[in-house]
Amino acid sequence: MSNDIFVLAEHFKGQVADITYEMTGKARQLATALGGQTVGVLLGNDMATLAASIGADRVLYVNDPALTHFNPEAYGRVLHALIQKHNPRVMMIGSTSMGMDLAAALSITTGLPLIAYVTALDVEEGTLVATSQIYGGKIQAEAIPDGEACIISCLAGAFPAEAGRVETGQRAVETIPSPVPLDDLRVRFVQLIEPAGGDVDITQQAILVSIGRGISGAENVELAQELAEALGGAVSASRPVTDAGWLPKTRQVGKSGLTVKPKVYLALGISGAPEHLEGMRNSELIIAINTDPKAPIFDVAHYGATCDMLDLMPALTEAIKARQAA
Amino acid sequence: MNIIVPIKQVPNLTDELEINDEGTDLAHDMVQYVLNEFDEHALEEAVLIKESVGGTVTVIGVDTTGELDGILHLALAKGADKAMKITGDFMPGTPSHVQAQLIADAIRTLAPDIVLTGVQAADDRDGQIGPMLAAHLNLPYVGVVTGVSITDGQAIVHKEYAGGVMAEFIVALPMVVGVQAAHRPPRYAPVSKIRQIAKTARIEALAGVETAQAGSTVRRMFKPEAAGHAEMWDGTPDEIAEKIADLLAEKGLLKRTL
Ligand SMILES: Cc1cc2nc3c(=O)[nH]c(=O)nc-3n(C[C@H](O)[C@H](O)[C@H](O)COP(=O)(O)OP(=O)(O)OC[C@H]3O[C@@H](n4cnc5c(N)ncnc54)[C@H](O)[C@@H]3O)c2cc1C
Ligand SMILES: Nc1ncnc2c1ncn2[C@@H]1O[C@H](COP(=O)(O)O)[C@@H](O)[C@H]1O
Repeated sequence: MSNDIFVLAEHFKGQVADITYEMTGKARQLATALGGQTVGVLLGNDMATLAASIGADRVLYVNDPALTHFNPEAYGRVLHALIQKHNPRVMMIGSTSMGMDLAAALSITTGLPLIAYVTALDVEEGTLVATSQIYGGKIQAEAIPDGEACIISCLAGAFPAEAGRVETGQRAVETIPSPVPLDDLRVRFVQLIEPAGGDVDITQQAILVSIGRGISGAENVELAQELAEALGGAVSASRPVTDAGWLPKTRQVGKSGLTVKPKVYLALGISGAPEHLEGMRNSELIIAINTDPKAPIFDVAHYGATCDMLDLMPALTEAIKARQAA
Repeated sequence: MNIIVPIKQVPNLTDELEINDEGTDLAHDMVQYVLNEFDEHALEEAVLIKESVGGTVTVIGVDTTGELDGILHLALAKGADKAMKITGDFMPGTPSHVQAQLIADAIRTLAPDIVLTGVQAADDRDGQIGPMLAAHLNLPYVGVVTGVSITDGQAIVHKEYAGGVMAEFIVALPMVVGVQAAHRPPRYAPVSKIRQIAKTARIEALAGVETAQAGSTVRRMFKPEAAGHAEMWDGTPDEIAEKIADLLAEKGLLKRTL
């Protein structure tokens, strides 16, 4: 085993994703403490420029046409081979849509422990300590891997991307062909499908009335719409609301939805799961209404109250209208 | 199609969760368990596939609570055909690695065409079961999926990326898929039907044999010490509405109507 910290560099549509910089910044700190190097691992096709932009002591750039688009099977095979060959101390993978297809499978194929949903990562007297955020953000668990080497999957936004962006320590890009055959894949990429247009663009709104599962049913969405209208804003939502078909997908805020930064984000009946916070935590003013005083949304909100959103919405619509008429 | 849906109980997150005296785990005896919401979507997608191309849906879980029958009955009421449970000396909070090994051993002999798991669970600190099953069974895996359709013996799956963008993949069967959301909202099973099924259903029990798995040791479990907390307002909904309206007015965010 080496003391090197490997980081899977994630990229999409020709751009390095922020999670990559978040991890390379953190990797530098770990490598310094453990006396190893940081190694960026980039899988792609015709991406030499991208490879050169990753700040790490070394970049392993696997160049193969089968890696043009993300393919979980191809990525899994290549990463497995690289881990077997190089024996890194830590393999860091984003807890993203792509990374979630890889980390747990690699843990089985390599026999390395996996600590997932990690938001804090440090070295204490030569030992890695990783903190996971679990139970919808309500609980944290600080753990030590059994054995020295491990796989860590990092939640988006946990570490500052700035630290990775300014990493200019790169010394060498090593371009290699795929270490394993990729001509018999059982998973085949077909196409990217862009979201349907034509709806309100929630990323452009100054005021969002955002509703979660607390809305309880399609029949109550109207109350949110009336409130948004009075405020001159739009209605957005958490995932369960769009999954239930109560609002279109275009209104979803969060990890697999849109990232918004309005002047005011009214979070009504939203618990504040990490996947939701990822899309709204940088809003200028966050006001949360939730019947559960322990809901994690109150940790990011500026103001909050514990009351029934179904009572609050009509009351607030009236209060707004009264002030506007005055 | 032989479709398997591994399902799991997770603590109800709207309840208050307590930590045990050692500070290393949840106080599991205080916890109320519900079906993992993503498993509910996996089950719905399985039933939708069955309805479109035929087949059977088998739900299977590791009984870590002694109360798994309840959600197996629920799954049968929602359209599953068969229910199986893996029994043994398994505690709530059994690591995903152990559950994945137990489930993989059980379903290896069932020769599935499709295994549909929930994309994640709130308690899978050591990772998601779906990709682990795929690795154990040497099957392809695609996760964060919001729709599966079967044509000509292969699957077209849609995987979600950020910003509402989706990737379409064609996957050869057999395969494992991690379902984020079924392509239609999960159906509702009336309580009367669940009760009826609970009386008559046969649940096949398999004794699970645990083998050593890679893992990690929790040395401290705690509620997050938030960097900040909202300033909390008390009062009736009307009073809170007034406070919000005042705040927005003060910040110049209320437009006047003419
Ligand atoms: C890969 C992946 C991607 C995801 N992407 C997203 C995403 O983009 N966006 C997203 O939002 N989620 C996403 N999720 C889901 C996320 O994990 C949570 O399940 C989701 O955010 C929960 O939504 P919620 O807060 O509305 O529901 P819940 O967590 O069920 O919370 C409902 C809240 O409403 C409160 N409540 C209930 N009734 C009332 C009432 N009458 N008045 C006031 N409060 C009430 C409850 O106390 C509770 O806190 C993703 C998950 C995964 C695995
Ligand atoms: N015994 C049960 N175990 C787990 N989930 C359940 C059970 N009964 C109902 N549910 C789910 O909980 C939600 C509310 O159901 P109900 O309590 O029947 O109104 C529904 O989505 C059901 O699928």
